[in-house]
Amino acid sequence: MKNKQSWIDQRFPLTKVWNEHLAEYYTPRNFNFWYFFGSLAMLVLVMQLVTGIFLTMHFKPDSAQAFASVEYIMRDVEWGWLMRYLHSTGASAFFVVIYLHMYRGLLYGSYKAPRELIWILGMVLYIALMAEAFMGYVLPWGQMSFWGAQVIISLFGSVPVIGPDLLSWILGDYAVGDPALNRFFSLHVVALPLILVVLVFLHIVALHAVGSNNPDGIEIKKNKDKDGIPKDGIPFHPYYSVKDIMGVVAFLMIFCTVVFFAPAMNGYFLENANFVLANPLKTPDHIAPLWYLTPFYSVLRAIPPMFGSQFPGVVGMFAALLILIALPWLDRSPVKSIRYRSAPYKWALGIFVVSFIMLGWLGMQPVNELNAFLARLFTILYFAFFILMPWYTSIGKTKEVPERTTE
Amino acid sequence: MKTLTKLQLSIAAMALSFSVIASPGVQLEDAKTDITDTASLQNGAKLFMNYCSGCHAISFMRYNRIGSDLGLSDADIEANLMFASDKVGETITTAMPEKGAAAWFGGTPPDLSLVSRSHGTDWIYSYLKGFYADESRVFGVNNHVLENASMPDVLWSLREGQSEDAFDSDVRDITNFLDYVGEPAKLIRTDLGKKVLFFLAILFVLTYLLKKEYWKDVKYGIWRKKD
Repeated sequence: MKNKQSWIDQRFPLTKVWNEHLAEYYTPRNFNFWYFFGSLAMLVLVMQLVTGIFLTMHFKPDSAQAFASVEYIMRDVEWGWLMRYLHSTGASAFFVVIYLHMYRGLLYGSYKAPRELIWILGMVLYIALMAEAFMGYVLPWGQMSFWGAQVIISLFGSVPVIGPDLLSWILGDYAVGDPALNRFFSLHVVALPLILVVLVFLHIVALHAVGSNNPDGIEIKKNKDKDGIPKDGIPFHPYYSVKDIMGVVAFLMIFCTVVFFAPAMNGYFLENANFVLANPLKTPDHIAPLWYLTPFYSVLRAIPPMFGSQFPGVVGMFAALLILIALPWLDRSPVKSIRYRSAPYKWALGIFVVSFIMLGWLGMQPVNELNAFLARLFTILYFAFFILMPWYTSIGKTKEVPERTTE
Repeated sequence: MKTLTKLQLSIAAMALSFSVIASPGVQLEDAKTDITDTASLQNGAKLFMNYCSGCHAISFMRYNRIGSDLGLSDADIEANLMFASDKVGETITTAMPEKGAAAWFGGTPPDLSLVSRSHGTDWIYSYLKGFYADESRVFGVNNHVLENASMPDVLWSLREGQSEDAFDSDVRDITNFLDYVGEPAKLIRTDLGKKVLFFLAILFVLTYLLKKEYWKDVKYGIWRKKD
């Protein structure tokens, strides 16, 4: 064994990588519940890749056959229904996990220096994931696939001057049809998964270079023992590997409950109207994107057309997404963790969470006067969280941060 | 090109405003179907083939799949359920010609493979029971659930011949059958789910104990190997 290991080590840095990233990667000992979601996101990514490979074996990216091929997977392919439900539930689970992972970042200031690049890479991942999910939802070619794509893609047509050309360049046609389905399939199964995997790799490389933050928001590397090991650090393997395995099983219990007992999740994970073949001549009663995109969809609808153009809404929607990238520079607070933050920040974060959830809920609702008013209100509050951040993070009294992690 | 963009945006806007108008507000009855009730599914299959399949296809479904799922032999299927084709491995289509359908009903009767998934069982059950006399309509009937439906009340002879409870039970069986047709995997999905969750529960206890054992080192500050 030892011989083989050194044979490999002379040719490939196996032991070095193992030690640097697992056995001698020192992780703060005080991780709590919120620190499960990074590893869970990796789990879901792998699951989506594996189930996706099996689905791709049977799916037909052709507007005349796509819908029927999905039903073929659901009925005639052995265990096809399971692969499909794992994949469709996995898409929603991915966003559940990612939203909790990002919220952890907000709670403990994980985006603050020196972890800005981890945050930015994570945000790019999040945006790529949205594109991946959106294109995946078009593939079954049901009514929601078609009309959802129609609504979202038509946004690009509102870009001044180049809009119409941009639109037909994206679609390969003048409307959503077979060329769009084909290229979305290609992007969904090859281009975006590659991008996601590379970004995850970079995200982790950046993380391991700086080291993990923790619920106290203190840098464990500032307190090292005589061997140069952080006093509050423990090796990732075996301590966090066994802890994360436990988290994986707990997650799978919830996940499998959905997969086996409510795979459509009452229309939230698989919409009823998507069990009807796409029909360009028949608009469904109600078009709403899937739940994980609705907060931004709400922002889009909340901003009224200006100068006869929908473009301001589109800009607002992308701004709502991209402004998250600026977070590390908007936050002026001297402390990272919510445990030691000032009262104004705690209030702001609370209002932000409520606004985000409300925007998500409103995005699924039909527009009426009250909903339109609420969407505008919460859009303003959403942006206020970021725009006012330099101000409210510099006022109020923060608590004193301890030298060492607390239990 | 510009008009095209405007058209698309207005379609999008229309779609959004439609959603306000199109809330039918019809009270649906609880179908109370039970997919584990094989007798109900068999009766539903028989009734569907006799009363519905003349016009409606369930083209994602195969005859012999129904047989193997509902405990019927190929011979049973051929004798009792197959009217439109001659091979048990075929999908269940309808003999009705498309052109004729358009002339007789104003459109092809929809394929019902996924009606339980797009509309739900309560909708099917209430729709089938929702016919009432309306002389202004071509077939003399209208429907509470789907106003101005172009379908005649095909179950009338079934209703006439028996008590209301027995009719409700038959409609429930058809609904149950369509629920199964919408997702054949539903027959095994929940059972398998219980086994998977049982396995995961045991695995969770083991992984929890494993974690606890390892973390004793952390708790007592002895995680590092003594050199």
